[in-house]
Amino acid sequence: MALRRFNFGVTLSSWKMKYSTHSDPLGTNLKERQAQMMKKGLPVKKPIEGVKNVILVASGKGGVGKSTVAVNLALALSRHLPSQDVGLLDADIFGPSIPTMMNLSGNPLLTDKNLIKPLVNYNIKCMSMGFLVDNNAPVIWRGLMVMSAIEKLLRQVDWSPLDYLIIDMPPGTGDTQLSIAQNIPVAGAIIVTTPQEIALIDARKGALMFQKVGIPVVGLVNNMASYACPNCGHHSHIFGATGAEKLSKEIGVDVLVDIPLDTSIMEAADGGYPIVISSTSNNPLVQAYMSLAEKVLSRLSAIKDEPSR
Amino acid sequence: MENEIPEHCPGVQSEAAGKASTCDGCPNQKICASGEIIVEDPKIMVGIQERMLNVKHKILVLSGKGGVGKSTLTSMIARVFAQDLAKNVAVMDIDICGPSAPRIMGVEGETVHQSGSGWSPVYIGENLSVMSVGLLLASPDDAVIWRGPKKNGLIKQFLSEVDWGSLDYLLMDTPPGTSDEHLSIAQYMLPCQLTGAIIVTSPQEISLLDVRKEINFCRKVNIPIIGIVENMSWFVCPKCRKESEIFLATTGGARQMASEFNLPFLGQIPLDHRLTQACDEGIDFFEEYSDSATASAFIQLVKEIKAHIKE
Repeated sequence: MALRRFNFGVTLSSWKMKYSTHSDPLGTNLKERQAQMMKKGLPVKKPIEGVKNVILVASGKGGVGKSTVAVNLALALSRHLPSQDVGLLDADIFGPSIPTMMNLSGNPLLTDKNLIKPLVNYNIKCMSMGFLVDNNAPVIWRGLMVMSAIEKLLRQVDWSPLDYLIIDMPPGTGDTQLSIAQNIPVAGAIIVTTPQEIALIDARKGALMFQKVGIPVVGLVNNMASYACPNCGHHSHIFGATGAEKLSKEIGVDVLVDIPLDTSIMEAADGGYPIVISSTSNNPLVQAYMSLAEKVLSRLSAIKDEPSR
Repeated sequence: MENEIPEHCPGVQSEAAGKASTCDGCPNQKICASGEIIVEDPKIMVGIQERMLNVKHKILVLSGKGGVGKSTLTSMIARVFAQDLAKNVAVMDIDICGPSAPRIMGVEGETVHQSGSGWSPVYIGENLSVMSVGLLLASPDDAVIWRGPKKNGLIKQFLSEVDWGSLDYLLMDTPPGTSDEHLSIAQYMLPCQLTGAIIVTSPQEISLLDVRKEINFCRKVNIPIIGIVENMSWFVCPKCRKESEIFLATTGGARQMASEFNLPFLGQIPLDHRLTQACDEGIDFFEEYSDSATASAFIQLVKEIKAHIKE
């Protein structure tokens, strides 16, 4: 992925003569011109047909609960807006968790237009690498193959019509993240982290990456925030206490919700019956996810209403 | 000429070179498909083999799943090995996007020096050293947003240019998944008599799903597996001291999986908030909490590992 080198040795006077206009007589809008020239080598963002809003659920760190949050967020959104269509894409090619969590399996069919039909459960359209390969088979691919697989999962799936597509990202800041960030317009990203400093270091990198590629980070999720001992009820901060707040202040992004480490969330996910639908709406855990969904929606509409910079 | 190379070229060195659907029409297709292209510069391979001749046991720490404790365990195991001052131990962190080793070992912010004999790793004590991309960044918060080939290049450099000296144990901490980093390390280390891989998991079925893939990956590329470790097996409440299981082993946990795959089960490590804190602060857990159940679990784990690698 080579950027074409632009010769900045061109003198200012020749710039002025070439690019000055009535509204900009000195032709001093250099930065914009430079940015435009640099962009020439990069892929152009093309929206997915029929999909209105794309939300990324990312981290930089593995194992902080991205998939669990993505699944429960998708279900919470669907409950919050029952007349709208929500989809869930599992972009983790190497360790797809969505099939297990959504209790889906089997080979997807093709439509007449040769698009892959997403599998549906709990009213959410889902697609994952897990539907296309055997459960035990490892996907041993280098980055380029991953890029082309992600492209297929984005564009050759019959998503339409969708109001919200949640993309469960894999850990890291590599090929998958870049491919998605550069190829489709994204409404916003949520960064999931645990309070542990080790997780925050990677979450910070994830946030920095989104900043670099121009994707707004709408908020942080402080996952596995604390654990209540089932015997005595004592709350332990197994992964630390103040981490997410600290990160929030550093990168200027709010913590949208604190989700405790709770065996029932994990059990529900493993069993393919996520907590948002398997438990009652007065369960504080369900309320946490519903509140997350509401906040994400309001942040997204605030971003849309902002005058373009 | 540039226009003729297909957009999604899998790479001339990849397995799919010349055979992928995207190769159709490329002028080099026949050459790639015939496998004539040499996989790697032989000088580099010789360089790596020379360095690795001085390393007695080369151990990979793998998982398939993120966040199960690979980095934590790699560092703790290294510290236990290094308690024997007669042994030289090193940790090589090839998680390029999320390097945790510098932080956990307490050397964040240190710099790597270059000498005539190569890059020198950062030392913690006399006999324990670390190399990680985290030590090469201007700031530990800098994000490394690289595609595969660049990561491959760095791993090659770590293996061929770092002057480890003579080592008894080299532990390699990997990122989650089965991608570029794993393929590269397998490609470079297998000709150097890799001792084997330790596979880390949590008891949860969602983790085991990914770990099964990792085990199959090892089998496919012929990486010997030393055994499986289960991390975060249980939690001891600091107040009432009662044990509880957070990540329920709904499908039998790692022990069951190990017997399914006919692999040694090396041990279990509990979830301990003092351990996560020690990792965050980069302090030596064994110095602070030497008589904790967690420390004993690690010492027992290392005993098992030693028993299996001497075979």
